[in-house]
Amino acid sequence: MPTWDTIDHDVLVIGAGGAGLRAAIEAASHGVSVGLVCKSLLGKAHTVMAEGGVAASLGNVDDRDSWQVHVTDTLRGGQYVNNWRMAELHAKEAPDRVRELEAWGALFDRTSDGKILQRNFGGHRYPRLAHVGDRTGLEMIRTLQDHGVHQGMDVHMEVTVVSLHKRDGRVCGALAYDRERGRFRLFRAKAIVLATGGIGRAFAVTSNSWEYTGDGHALAYHAGAALQDMEFIQFHPTGMVWPPSVRGILVTEGVRGEGGILLNSEGRRFMFDDIPEAYRTQTADTPDEGWRYVTGDKEARRPPELLTRDHVARCIVREVREGRGSPHGGVFLDIAWIKTHLPKAAEHIRRKLPSMYHQFKALADIDITTTPMEVGPTTHYVMGGIRVDGDTQMSSVPGLFAAGEVAAGLHGSNRLGGNSLSDLIVFGKRAGEHAASFAKESAALEPDAGEVGEAVRECLAPFDRPSGENPYAIQNDLQRMMQNQVGIVRQEGEMLQAAEALRELEARARRVGVTGHREYNPGWHTAIDLAHLLTVSEAVIRSALERKESRGGHFRDDYPEKDPASGTINFVVQKGPDGEMHVRPEPVVGVTDELRRLVETFK
Amino acid sequence: MEATFRIWRGALGSGTFADYRTETSDGMVVLDAVHDIQATQAPDLAVRWNCKAGKCGSCSAEVNGRPRLMCMTRLSDLDLSKPVTIEPMQAFPHSRDLVTDVSWNFRVKHQIKPFTPRTPDAADGTWRMQQEDVDRVQEFRKCIECFLCQDVCHVLRDHHLHEEFVGPRYLVYTSALEMHPLDTQERRDELRKAHGIGYCNITKCCTTVCPEGIQITDNAIIPMKERVMDHAFDPIVKLVGLMTGKVAGP
Ligand SMILES: Cc1cc2nc3c(=O)[nH]c(=O)nc-3n(C[C@H](O)[C@H](O)[C@H](O)COP(=O)(O)OP(=O)(O)OC[C@H]3O[C@@H](n4cnc5c(N)ncnc54)[C@H](O)[C@@H]3O)c2cc1C
Ligand code: SF4
Ligand code: SF4
Ligand code: FES
Repeated sequence: MPTWDTIDHDVLVIGAGGAGLRAAIEAASHGVSVGLVCKSLLGKAHTVMAEGGVAASLGNVDDRDSWQVHVTDTLRGGQYVNNWRMAELHAKEAPDRVRELEAWGALFDRTSDGKILQRNFGGHRYPRLAHVGDRTGLEMIRTLQDHGVHQGMDVHMEVTVVSLHKRDGRVCGALAYDRERGRFRLFRAKAIVLATGGIGRAFAVTSNSWEYTGDGHALAYHAGAALQDMEFIQFHPTGMVWPPSVRGILVTEGVRGEGGILLNSEGRRFMFDDIPEAYRTQTADTPDEGWRYVTGDKEARRPPELLTRDHVARCIVREVREGRGSPHGGVFLDIAWIKTHLPKAAEHIRRKLPSMYHQFKALADIDITTTPMEVGPTTHYVMGGIRVDGDTQMSSVPGLFAAGEVAAGLHGSNRLGGNSLSDLIVFGKRAGEHAASFAKESAALEPDAGEVGEAVRECLAPFDRPSGENPYAIQNDLQRMMQNQVGIVRQEGEMLQAAEALRELEARARRVGVTGHREYNPGWHTAIDLAHLLTVSEAVIRSALERKESRGGHFRDDYPEKDPASGTINFVVQKGPDGEMHVRPEPVVGVTDELRRLVETFK
Repeated sequence: MEATFRIWRGALGSGTFADYRTETSDGMVVLDAVHDIQATQAPDLAVRWNCKAGKCGSCSAEVNGRPRLMCMTRLSDLDLSKPVTIEPMQAFPHSRDLVTDVSWNFRVKHQIKPFTPRTPDAADGTWRMQQEDVDRVQEFRKCIECFLCQDVCHVLRDHHLHEEFVGPRYLVYTSALEMHPLDTQERRDELRKAHGIGYCNITKCCTTVCPEGIQITDNAIIPMKERVMDHAFDPIVKLVGLMTGKVAGP
């Protein structure tokens, strides 16, 4: 007989990154009982790794900035398939959410008049990113964590949720196991917030950790919730490429924000060669103008290195493909060159980019104050996720909410740097608030014990096949397949092959076996995560096949142009009554005349 | 080139070293070797990690007897002609293989009085701070909570005074709060009593292992000792003053 402990909360928050912590803090402030679960220790979620900053139109450095400019930047970056309502709320509320972090103890870098300093980032018209050197995510997660634990919430660390349970169409429970002892826990809750982050581990080269196996996406999908935009994946242009063991680790966009330039093997600043029409009027004509921009000249326009990430990544791929790459298959990112403009440049670089300096020194033996870095694209962020209501963050399943990277809509087809950290606190708060009021209005429901028992048995099945397939090997093969066939440059033939290959991987996953015991057994954990990875990979492939155009994080070799008709729809993925995955187009949400006018004004 | 990794295997304190041979390559770190072994030879080998870039503080262990982040320890810095030993941290209860129960740290932090800001400086509810005041605290806020300093501190590791002494990590944390330009809380009394700052005899082992290069002893602990105690009653502070900060380590 499968057994489990039962724990009750009004609101259960799954995930303790920025979004989950902010949701839990908000829910607790509304007087409901709150549980917070996470796979790692508290404070180790992905948010801790964010470097560059958090976007909010505080206008401290350039007072021409406003929510109106921020929302149009976000929509332009997302190529207008965003949820416009979310883009609007995000731009309006981000400044208050950032100031609130300061009230909870966060210490951002300062302007000379003592306010929060803001830096330039790709796609943002004005300096907009509040930051702390290049460890903004650490500052943010620590602030939320240290504040949060005093607001009255139960934290369940190193606990992994494996399934969601419903009754009468409403979500009412989550089954989980604790990693340390391998025992099961059933969380009963009146409302659940998913804040589980992304899916980067579906790809071979990624800046993401083991946690990013798309759990929340898959849990919601199997609970019947709609996902959207799963074809839009952000390949960050600058990951480390050498040595092999660090391939994919992120090099913050902050390097380019501080004046770093991209060069090919011929020493040419190739980003000047290909500037998209939509950005031409906002982009510098000369290297000199670019430098003036990054040093704060308000008359100057931004250098082409700060164009959106999808574009910069594709330019790098082109240089490498055409034989102008660096020795290890990337291009050069040079920040050392600023010494020709700046006395004490080395000191400046070490102060503005301390963790990048440290990362290259320690992992690649490179001093970035004297030597260019080698960089190339890395899987970084998923724009797609759970389809939510823009105001409440509730999914299509009553009582099930989502916030942060696991939710979709804000970023459209491409996320601007810095818009994630602000996303977490704006929509984390909203999700927490609405989950709390949903819980207050709802009676507790009992998950079906038979269904829960079945889920427990399924989790334990790999132990019955000690000589079954190796979970790590299947994960590896999946990652390579997704990287090669559904990566930065896509085409129909390869994706159809990928869909076939996926069937085979699914069959292998059904034969997966693990050895050892239930106590802290990563082989077993990897086997369980596999199911999620396969589900999200299918959603990515199926959506990418449907979108027959190129837009943002989705580039098709066979349809290299934007298609205006596709620019007004999102692809929605949902489990049908037949148990199969269905993909359908839905019109873009939240477009208003006011927002349209703003888009025109700030073109 | 192949190398041997001698890894502690076992649960709840009992266990034994097991040797694994694996291929090494350019630029590899200890965590890569552990992952290779996990993927091909020991799928149930328990280890914590997240960022692989020294940012999250998850992968703490003792490599050749020294507390290190496995993701930032390059094989090229180790002698691979001998087996590389990898053990869990010793100052905390053992769970399995390289994983220890670090929950005590989270409980300790909870006891420290949280950040309490002064009333806002501006009508819109915001504050004004100078960069130089912020800079003084940033060093302490860089902490990634890897707990390596806790692991190496003899008060915890050898004398097991977990109930009396919060350890260097939480002296750094208290320092960050105390030196926060906006904080108004008073923590001196409990630092001396409940948090046991007096147990620290400034051996500086914590500073030596901190992967963030935080000057734990010089910049956090000694100034706080000076603030909480009358000089006459703390001979060590007096001694340090006389010797301008130079005290022999272990
Ligand atoms: C290296 C790097 C640098 C970045 N820099 C920036 C930047 O400068 N600016 C910016 O805006 N964005 C940046 N991003 C993106 C941003 O950091 C992330 O998108 C964001 O932190 C995601 O936050 P989150 O709260 O949604 O999820 P996360 O912080 O990833 O948290 C997810 C949580 O969910 C938990 N979880 C997952 N699955 C389960 C499960 N099954 N059961 C229980 N718990 C589960 C995890 O344990 C974790 O606690 C960066 C990302 C990376 C990788
Ligand atoms: S200096 Fe103090 S806190 Fe640090 S290791 Fe020595 S005794 Fe422990
Ligand atoms: S002070 Fe240094 S050694 Fe101690 S927990 Fe923080 S980062 Fe780790
Ligand atoms: S894995 Fe994050 S510090 Fe080593």
